[in-house]
Amino acid sequence: MNIDIIFRIAGIGILISVLSIVLKQAKKEEQAEMLTLAGVVVVLIIVVQLMNQLFTVVRSVFNL
Amino acid sequence: MEIAQIVGLALVTTILLLILRQDKPVLAVLLSIVFSIIIFTVMMGKMASILNVMQELTRRAEVNYFFFATILKILGVAYLGEFAAAICQDAGEQAVAKKVEFASKIVIAVLALPIMIAILESLMQLMPG
Repeated sequence: MNIDIIFRIAGIGILISVLSIVLKQAKKEEQAEMLTLAGVVVVLIIVVQLMNQLFTVVRSVFNL
Repeated sequence: MEIAQIVGLALVTTILLLILRQDKPVLAVLLSIVFSIIIFTVMMGKMASILNVMQELTRRAEVNYFFFATILKILGVAYLGEFAAAICQDAGEQAVAKKVEFASKIVIAVLALPIMIAILESLMQLMPG
């Protein structure tokens, strides 16, 4: 059970929300949006890898 | 005490989700997907041992292995469909969740067809004439 991935994703999320607040205060709305998008893409890559693992496990358990 | 680990992980994830959902709902959905995947992966190990016992039982009872394999496939489709539908519902996309459930029902019906044919065939053998 690798719990650290949950903390990693929550950390990325909190960091991105703080940074986008800072960028919005500095009147850089576009860059804040870009930052959010980049964070979502990074997390999505992690999630897709995890999902690949899960599907492999399910396929081997249920002989799908 | 695996359940203690899971309960603790669930509570921590809930708190983190509450924080994230305020200004980054997309990341909250991704985090809940990751949590579901972790729980699912942990439980698959246990599921494999249960299924091994069931397999041994079918072998001893000399039931046709094809039926057991079909039931396994149906179980897998049902679990995966439920997993995806729950995540979609959690993100507020009821329509997508309903479509996933619909698709998994159809796939299960297709997988169950050979069993139905087998039942009908044995019924025809039992009936006189």
